[in-house]
Amino acid sequence: MGRLLTIIFAVLTIGLIAVGTIHGSSTAPASTPEGAVQSMFDNVKGHNWTGAYSYVAPSSNVSQENFIRDLAGRNGSLRTYSQLDSANTRVLHESDSEATVRTELKYATAVGASYDTRDLKVVKDDGAWKVQWPAEKEVNVPPQVIPVNYLRWDIVWRGTSDDWGAQNVENPNCRILSMNAVERDGSLIIMGEVENEDTVPAFITVGAVLSNNSGQDIAEESSFDKISHVLLPKEVSPYRIDFPGIKKTDVKSVRMTHNWMLVPASADPVIGVLHQRIEKDQTGRTVLRGELFNESGTVVNIPHVLATFYDNSGKVIWVSDAYSDHALQPQTPQPFTVSLRDDLAANVHTYRVTVNHYSLNENL
Amino acid sequence: MRKIIFVSLVIAVCWFAADCAHAAELNIPKDAVAGQPLTINGSGTLYLIGPGQVIKREFKSGSVEIKGEELRSAGRWIAAVHGDGNQSQVFWVKAGKPENLNFLARPSRVPVAKPNVISGVTFVFDKYQNMVVDPIPVNFNLSVGGSSNSKNVTSRDGIAWTNSNSAPKAGAAQFVASVGDTQVHRVVQQVASDPCNLRMHISGRTGNRIIVETDPIRDCSGNPVPDGTIVTFIQTDNTGKSTVDARIKKDTARAELPAADNGTITVAAGVVLGNELHVGGK
Repeated sequence: MGRLLTIIFAVLTIGLIAVGTIHGSSTAPASTPEGAVQSMFDNVKGHNWTGAYSYVAPSSNVSQENFIRDLAGRNGSLRTYSQLDSANTRVLHESDSEATVRTELKYATAVGASYDTRDLKVVKDDGAWKVQWPAEKEVNVPPQVIPVNYLRWDIVWRGTSDDWGAQNVENPNCRILSMNAVERDGSLIIMGEVENEDTVPAFITVGAVLSNNSGQDIAEESSFDKISHVLLPKEVSPYRIDFPGIKKTDVKSVRMTHNWMLVPASADPVIGVLHQRIEKDQTGRTVLRGELFNESGTVVNIPHVLATFYDNSGKVIWVSDAYSDHALQPQTPQPFTVSLRDDLAANVHTYRVTVNHYSLNENL
Repeated sequence: MRKIIFVSLVIAVCWFAADCAHAAELNIPKDAVAGQPLTINGSGTLYLIGPGQVIKREFKSGSVEIKGEELRSAGRWIAAVHGDGNQSQVFWVKAGKPENLNFLARPSRVPVAKPNVISGVTFVFDKYQNMVVDPIPVNFNLSVGGSSNSKNVTSRDGIAWTNSNSAPKAGAAQFVASVGDTQVHRVVQQVASDPCNLRMHISGRTGNRIIVETDPIRDCSGNPVPDGTIVTFIQTDNTGKSTVDARIKKDTARAELPAADNGTITVAAGVVLGNELHVGGK
């Protein structure tokens, strides 16, 4: 009996070890197009780049290094500070040898979630489905000298040894040009524009305090990143302040708060916004598209696009923003897309796009 | 005769008594000035109690000299003597001659050619930061670009102030307040107003891009609009709208725009619109 138990336990142990050892390989050949895409992005999530690359069809003609750079980012862009969070796939078209899979990628980034929708072509290669990865064309700016008259503002502040009468340089004069409060999707949204009317750069913050019918303050928020915080002379920026969960009927009054500060700043780089147009994207949503063009000679690592939409009376009816996950190379156009609410698209008469920029080598 | 001797003795005793009393009395000059020496007559131990200061001295040979650097505070002082008899006396110390100015000039930046926008307030102090309340002539001088505007104002209770127009010429104006040899400088930046007659032209073409550039941008008084001011170029064509927020550099702003077959370019700075250009065309 004792010997029998020993044998049983030994067999059981060997069986459990075998079960624990044998598991689905992360690079197992995909039997479906959707499976190929899912497996590839599962490996990307785990930073198993070799595993992810094994799902790329050889006909893609993309090297593993370029494939990694496409997904992990390059040139200090926002993508380099992000992590793939999820990949939702849906087969749009499938035949025996090829298929198209719509993939909605969600990245967790330092500035919130970033979304990317791709229609990936999947082909059957040697009995297994593989993704035909559309390699991004890496732009190489030819060696050149780009002359820039580098303009910047430096400030001599009041020193500790100055007498008490010595005046400090005054903060800039800025003005909130407009304010419009609307209710969208259960949130109260306050938006408008602010201008630096002075001849020196300003660091601005705009906020709002909501009061209810009995005069009590019920909420306070600032525009956070829905604004250009550094405004050069005569520059206009939109702002948007969101109050989630607050209805317009609950609010009696809105008190705008602001802070204008004089800061050292640089007038470079100049970023052009080219070929702006409102159109539908591949999912049918209304978007504002265009190209960013960095006219300076330095790389802008993280461009941030702010779009202001006006109705036919010139009132700001929506402010939208988007971070580009690609760095802006000098003298090279880079596409961007900013979403626009479908229900507002018909009311948009005109729009204006401004660009914030963040550079790793910025010395200000 | 006896009567005469008696009267003479009474007078002599009174004289002696008065003289003794006078010897113990404090004798403080009425024109004490901060920073200047002061001699006080008396006997015993002298205590001087003033604003933020206490001085203790022993009378030697019936007097005490307080050095100028010891008597620093102007205002109300009390002199107290502890000796054969205790006594005290209040006296006032005036501020010395003006040697320090505190000058408040506002604002630090101002548009050109605006009336009464620059103000200067001066507080007059002596070497030891005592406010000089006597009327003192203070000169205010505002100069920019070779032209200057000077004004003399007499201080009242230690304060003199003035208002001034900003000059029609832009630049860093030197605002100087002076009393005698003492001068204090402040800088008031006088800046140009909004652009006037904003005009642009096509200045070149590189590949499939055109370069648009403004003429030198000046305000209506002819002052160059400060560098860094945003000038927006907008091109509208059949591919959409292209905008460049260019910065004024060395009086002009310049932008690169895509070359269009048939486009319209407009330019604006702040609320000022410039000319319009049509490019391409078939």
